[in-house]
Amino acid sequence: MTVLPKRQMPKLRMIAVTKDYTDAKGKVVRALVNVDLHVEEGELVTLVGASGCGKSTLLSIAAGLVEATDGAVLVDGRHVTGPGPDRGLVFQGYSLYPWRTVAENVGFGLELKGMGRADIASRVAEYLRVMGLSEFAGALPRQLSGGMQQRVAIARALATEPSVLLFDEPFGALDSQTRASMRDFVVKVQADTGATILMVTHDVEEAVYLSNRVYVLTSRPGRVAAELAVPFGPGRERSLLRDQTFRELCWTIDDLLAAGAVSPMDDMAS
Amino acid sequence: MTAPAADEQAVDGGPVGPDAAPAPTPRRMLAPGRPRIRMLRLREQVPERLRLPLAVISVLLPLLVWTALSSSGAVDPKFLPSPGAVLRALRRLAAGGELWSDTRATLTRVAIGFALVVAISVPLGLAMGTWPLARALFEPMIGLVRYMPAPAFIPLLVIWLGLGETSKIALLVIGTVFFNTLMSADVASQVPAELINVSYTLGAGRWQVIRKVIIPYAVPGLLDAMRVNIAATWNLVVVAELIAAQQGLGYRIVRAQRFLQTDTIFAVLIVIGLIGVAMDVAFRLLRNRLAPWAR
Repeated sequence: MTVLPKRQMPKLRMIAVTKDYTDAKGKVVRALVNVDLHVEEGELVTLVGASGCGKSTLLSIAAGLVEATDGAVLVDGRHVTGPGPDRGLVFQGYSLYPWRTVAENVGFGLELKGMGRADIASRVAEYLRVMGLSEFAGALPRQLSGGMQQRVAIARALATEPSVLLFDEPFGALDSQTRASMRDFVVKVQADTGATILMVTHDVEEAVYLSNRVYVLTSRPGRVAAELAVPFGPGRERSLLRDQTFRELCWTIDDLLAAGAVSPMDDMAS
Repeated sequence: MTAPAADEQAVDGGPVGPDAAPAPTPRRMLAPGRPRIRMLRLREQVPERLRLPLAVISVLLPLLVWTALSSSGAVDPKFLPSPGAVLRALRRLAAGGELWSDTRATLTRVAIGFALVVAISVPLGLAMGTWPLARALFEPMIGLVRYMPAPAFIPLLVIWLGLGETSKIALLVIGTVFFNTLMSADVASQVPAELINVSYTLGAGRWQVIRKVIIPYAVPGLLDAMRVNIAATWNLVVVAELIAAQQGLGYRIVRAQRFLQTDTIFAVLIVIGLIGVAMDVAFRLLRNRLAPWAR
């Protein structure tokens, strides 16, 4: 493998990732085939695909929670062999620690690092401020709305300052208004922190609105059907949703998804 | 026995429930088969102000029936003593000191027995709920043994351990430990996988996940399991005291039977019930104290 100069090194790189699993009948099923992708520093990259295309599995492989059958995952050029604090994870479910306050949730990763109390407090305060959560520092997760809980989860993932953030349908459980404001929130947070994000979603509009690049995955087995650059700069606003170029890009992705999807008839046959 | 009290004010076609204003027309469509008396509806909450009266009725009604039966003379007082006689028996037990020494003996047995149960079942249950390997290894055996009634072990325990305290405490442990293990395992296995996975990505190792995620998450559920199972221990201790005890609430009942003192039996039963309720409340308070985040 060629060694890339440091500044060109992607934050996250997945090379020829393949995942097979054995189903209940003992049959080997290909979930992902030869997936190559990369996420550069400060980029937000989305993976879109129909349900069952293995996009969440791909993210779990990047997180080190699932082992790939073949291929490699590199974070800052280092091989990933398991989960670690260099990759922050945000799930659809809020997955907060219900007995910990908002501040204690956000500080958990720092505690695990063995950071001192005072340092934790100031780092936590900083990320609570970025996420607009300062006044809820002492609240318990159950006292917060879904959108707020998800902001805590993002703050917690950001606090350890990972190389890359992995978002698995982070707004999937939210209502559409909250979802829209969370998108704007991600735009702002990314502008503030310069975080590198790989995000899985099934929402094409969301993918185009948020990302610098979009990977479109086909279904069963999941493979990269297309990689599209999104020609909009940072600081996007909702008016973009009515932009002609924006709409056309969404339609292109919709078509790619339709072409790569397994038809319902195939589904019944399998 | 509480339903008649709830609908005593409601007459067919009349006001809907005691707390609803009389409405000339139905305020909303009723689902088919939905009773017009509000509190008879499925899952309908009882208004807060009715809770205490209902609780009083729940205790008072059987008490009244008991009083009526025993004072009517229809039943021989040797079989059914009057509440007054039971109260006198209770006072006698308290004055003679047996009440306190018996209660202490019984509580000590339960405390030692249940402490052992917790010491064995909580770590084992946590392991089973956390490592499917441990579950696959222990569950078949535990699943089998827990259906063997603990009292059936008494003869064996007497042969093995004699008639002393050890065999009594062993009976308590056998009767409770398997249930508490399985319930603890279920509690531990209910920790969401996402919470565990997210902890790994925050840098936690396996032991840190157990110590800082699984155990704190499981605390309220573990306490609930203990609350349920200490009731079983409490029931069994009376059985344990039927074998060659010199002290204890169960022993007191057996002794009273020998002298046909049904009033004493009733008195001890009431004490057993009250202590049971107190233990239940204590576990609830402990849960609220240790895990205020879980309601």
